[in-house]
Amino acid sequence: MKTKPTLSLPQRGPLFSRASGSAFVLALLAVCMLVPVLNLMVPAGHVLHMSDFAVALVGKIMCYAICALAMDLIWGYTGILSLGHGLFFAIGGYAMGMYLMRQIGQDGNYKSHLPDFMVFLDWKELPWHWALSDSFVATLCLVVLVPAVVSGVFGYFAFRSRIKGVYFSIITQAMTFAAMLLFFRNETGFGGNNGFTDFKRILNMPLATPSMRMVLFVLTGLFLLGFYAMALALVKSKYGRVLQAIRDAETRVMFSGYSPLPYKLSIWVISAVMCGVAGALYVPQVGIINPGEMSPANAIEIAVWAAVGGRGSLIGPIIGAFLVNGAKSWLTVTAPEIWLYFLGALFIAVTLYLPQGVVGLVQRLRQGVGK
Amino acid sequence: MTPELLAQGARRVAKRLDEKPASTDSGGRDASYGRIHKQDELDLAHGRILYLEDVSVSFDGFKAINNLSLDIAPGELRCIIGPNGAGKTTLMDIITGKTRPDAGRVFFGSTIDLLRHNEPEIAQLGIGRKFQKPTVFENLSVFENLELALKTPKSVRASVFFRLDSAQSDRLAHVLDTIHLADSMRTQAGQLSHGQKQWLEIGMLLMQDPKLLLLDEPVAGMTDLETERTAELFLSLKGQHSLMVVEHDMGFIQTISDIVTVLCDGAVLAQGTLEQVQSDERVIEVYLGR
Amino acid sequence: MNRLRVWPVVFALVVCLGLSLMAVPAKAMTSAQMRGLVDGETDSRIEVLGRVVAQGDEQTLIFLQALADDAVKVAGDKIWIVRESFGAGKALDPLTGNMQDLPADAQDVVSNNRFRGEIETALAALKLFSAQTTMRLQAVRALLKEPDSAKVPLLEKALQQEQDTSVKALLQLAISAAQLSDAQASVRLHAAQTLAQSQTPETQLLLNQRFAEETDPQVKLQLQKSLKTIADALKTGERLGAFFTGVSLGSILLLVALGLAITYGLMGVINMAHGELMMIGAYATYVVQVLFRQYLPGAFDAYLLLAVPLSFLASALVGALLERSVLRHLYGRPLESLLATWGISLILMQSVRSLFGAQNVGVENPSWMSGGIQVLANLSLPYNRLVIIGFAAFVLLAMALVIGKTRLGLFVRGVTQNRPMASCMGVNTARIDTYAFSLGSGIAGLAGCALSQVGNVGPDLGQSYIVDAFMVVVLGGVGQLAGTVYAALGLGLVNKLLEGVTGAVLAKICVLVFIIIFIQKRPQGIFAMKGRSAEA
Repeated sequence: MKTKPTLSLPQRGPLFSRASGSAFVLALLAVCMLVPVLNLMVPAGHVLHMSDFAVALVGKIMCYAICALAMDLIWGYTGILSLGHGLFFAIGGYAMGMYLMRQIGQDGNYKSHLPDFMVFLDWKELPWHWALSDSFVATLCLVVLVPAVVSGVFGYFAFRSRIKGVYFSIITQAMTFAAMLLFFRNETGFGGNNGFTDFKRILNMPLATPSMRMVLFVLTGLFLLGFYAMALALVKSKYGRVLQAIRDAETRVMFSGYSPLPYKLSIWVISAVMCGVAGALYVPQVGIINPGEMSPANAIEIAVWAAVGGRGSLIGPIIGAFLVNGAKSWLTVTAPEIWLYFLGALFIAVTLYLPQGVVGLVQRLRQGVGK
Repeated sequence: MTPELLAQGARRVAKRLDEKPASTDSGGRDASYGRIHKQDELDLAHGRILYLEDVSVSFDGFKAINNLSLDIAPGELRCIIGPNGAGKTTLMDIITGKTRPDAGRVFFGSTIDLLRHNEPEIAQLGIGRKFQKPTVFENLSVFENLELALKTPKSVRASVFFRLDSAQSDRLAHVLDTIHLADSMRTQAGQLSHGQKQWLEIGMLLMQDPKLLLLDEPVAGMTDLETERTAELFLSLKGQHSLMVVEHDMGFIQTISDIVTVLCDGAVLAQGTLEQVQSDERVIEVYLGR
Repeated sequence: MNRLRVWPVVFALVVCLGLSLMAVPAKAMTSAQMRGLVDGETDSRIEVLGRVVAQGDEQTLIFLQALADDAVKVAGDKIWIVRESFGAGKALDPLTGNMQDLPADAQDVVSNNRFRGEIETALAALKLFSAQTTMRLQAVRALLKEPDSAKVPLLEKALQQEQDTSVKALLQLAISAAQLSDAQASVRLHAAQTLAQSQTPETQLLLNQRFAEETDPQVKLQLQKSLKTIADALKTGERLGAFFTGVSLGSILLLVALGLAITYGLMGVINMAHGELMMIGAYATYVVQVLFRQYLPGAFDAYLLLAVPLSFLASALVGALLERSVLRHLYGRPLESLLATWGISLILMQSVRSLFGAQNVGVENPSWMSGGIQVLANLSLPYNRLVIIGFAAFVLLAMALVIGKTRLGLFVRGVTQNRPMASCMGVNTARIDTYAFSLGSGIAGLAGCALSQVGNVGPDLGQSYIVDAFMVVVLGGVGQLAGTVYAALGLGLVNKLLEGVTGAVLAKICVLVFIIIFIQKRPQGIFAMKGRSAEA
């Protein structure tokens, strides 16, 4: 006869602990208030002034950080290594790019209502897939829907056939490679290998002003933080635990009654949409998009940001994105030939010596100190 | 209708109601046509919870299962023994949907054709399986492992918004106690000992509350004490649940078994109580040794 | 005894007579004609030229060639040909063929540009009578390209004299081509009919041109029929050409994927640096070629003999180094090995860029690999591709033998299937891993050597083939060589055949989509390994 055990079961805690919650709020304040002040109000030349270049750089890296976060969700938590997420980033970027090209209006080199590259190719009217590109709202919908649909279809067929592991990674790489080839062609109507550039306006307001840049910066920061909070909520829920279970022992998950397909597909599509949004935020800040963004090399870099930071920790990949891209910015200016050596060595070093990334290293140090 | 005839009819009905039902092969259950099939309940009209008939499967020319026929009664604890390569694990693979047989029928209850379902569906139907090598979720805690195995809706939406209610908490606590892992509730499953992992997996099975449990070498690598506890647990489950246990440990089998089936070369070699099987010449030659 | 010796003597006499007869030049060219060519107005000279050409023979050829080379001198009544090879002060009398001393008052013959032009054309026509078959072939081909009805008598004369069958056939074609613009319709009709047998793109062009100008309806009809015959024949050529290119591409893919099949299929390591190992093999070939050109230019044609083993060794060594330093620690972690090898590929590419520059480098085929077999008029099979197909087959066979029949192969298979057991048996698994990986890398090097013979060699040589190689491995299934072979050939063929229809990019996309769909049905690839061993 067993008595009812008095166990205190772990309760479902709040989303943010005290420490991480305050860190989150601080980050929010920094993005929304500190940076705008340092850039727009503090005069140039002052030691605390944040230059336009720095704002653009950090904005760009924040877009990358969103991608790294997405990669963490599918790789760190679900164990699916995608070498093709750059494709969704580029799709979002191209959708926004199409809108921005239309916003140039008649101010292009050829003074025509068509974008310059179309005049150059001797086209007389817009192709069908540009139909919605003059509406901002429609563009926003496309930025979310197109990556969702593409990833949904691809993911459905891939996961249904239970392609796993390296096979899956190779196929994602092939997918992005094929898309890149497609976009390089002029006939597809996406600007060929030059892509889109020379943007002038967004929502009929000029793009190149400091205030517009700041608005985009703050938006990117808010999206990053928002996605982070959403990801945190997801991984702390049972859904997140099922994802981790799928990563660790998919057979046991199936035999416990869960069908892995809807879980994998849902997180895959969510991560793709995140990358698409990141791409759409990236393009107005950087001012150009071309098929090179879809190259397999770019997509693999996303994986290294997540690996360097520490996958399975959400904050790690964001740190990783900042670290690696910061190093890239610095090295390509001071010693450009070394950059590729450095990147290659980073790949090797992280996989061999730092499987938990920077976050794991910090944890181990803390444990070591604690002893 | 006269009052007398009415009274006669009433007496006949009363007599029928008082009679004990005739004993039939189906253990007293009524296997007539036109019975009502309840949605969530397993139809056990034929008195078998698991029914395999003439199942065959071959891998690259090697016939792993060769015209196997087997059935288990509800509430029974069946033990399966046999030499290595006899097809015991393959048998479980077929039942749980991991492998498709080339021929044969596999039924769960009277009405559910298992060959038409995939693994998650079969698990949700009420068949739980414990693997030869303990497969638990190494990076999650013991508590989280059990929570995942809870018998709840398993859709994405349900998982995102899931909250443990008090009844489920109680059940969790109960199982934790049963598998003696209450103290290690928050430990990462990967850090448990081999025997503890086996227990955790059994616990996860219990959380699923399956009607049929398939256990593949549940006490492999366990200490004597743990083996004894496992035997206790299985015996307590018998009756409410049906169990199919594959094992090599003869002592363990002696403790728990009613009927033992001996598999050899993918087919049933002998079946009966442990004593009957142990004195069967063929079994001695093939498996038990002289 | 005496009688026996008579016959050899008679024989010798006959031979001498024959030789002497041959030595005497046919006096087809008269002194007056020669005079007419060197004296007087250009117009009259051209006229004489026309007449001289019509009778055309070897002697005329020699004289006209001398005229074109400005080697003709006049001294009084006689005309001399002077060449450096005759020696100082010596000249050849074209009429007699004798070598004599050159008179001191000999003057050069001057010809203006117009005359020179006419001589060139005449020479071209006369080469029809050259002693060398190749020259005659060239001449006929030139005349085929520019058919002129005035040349018909000349061609007919050449035809009468011609012995070689291939030149004969061409001459008949040239006659027909020239007759296409004849005044008489019946002649044209006959010509159109005959030309249907010449199934070349040039004839097609010719017939098309004629068709545009033709007025006679019967001739027009015949032209159409002939054009259709030619088009059909050409189509076969095109299809065979596409098939051959497909097989060639398949053989290259096979070489590339074979190494990958070993490292992934047998060892579970996904090697993103495989393309760069190929690149190393290609660059090794380049270095050998450069060295040969500098130090052993005479033996240049044999440079491949050294390049093949060297590229194998170079890539094998780099592969061994990779395996010992990095991959050894990553077995059983395929996703990590994927990332680490990608990093290695970046480093290798950058090193090659620093050493050799970022531009493509040129690797030449040795002369025995240049050119090709002309199977049909529009289908010529290049030798280099044929050699590569053979090479791929050879490598495949060698590898199958190594894996199947040698002790090393046995160990590799053992370690792959059950590492702990093999280790218990005393197999040094670490060393076997290195050997196996080196073997796979070496084959990649051979693939690079082969690629250098058909394509450009640059730092991103590997990148263009790596995606295809992976597709082959995915499609072919893991652990089975046969699957790799079928998948490589299949993908090569399908790719090339689709290219003809949809263009290269869409072909690639179609292939990718096809693979994804195929994997739905058979996730394990073409040759699946069922059962428990397929768990991994």
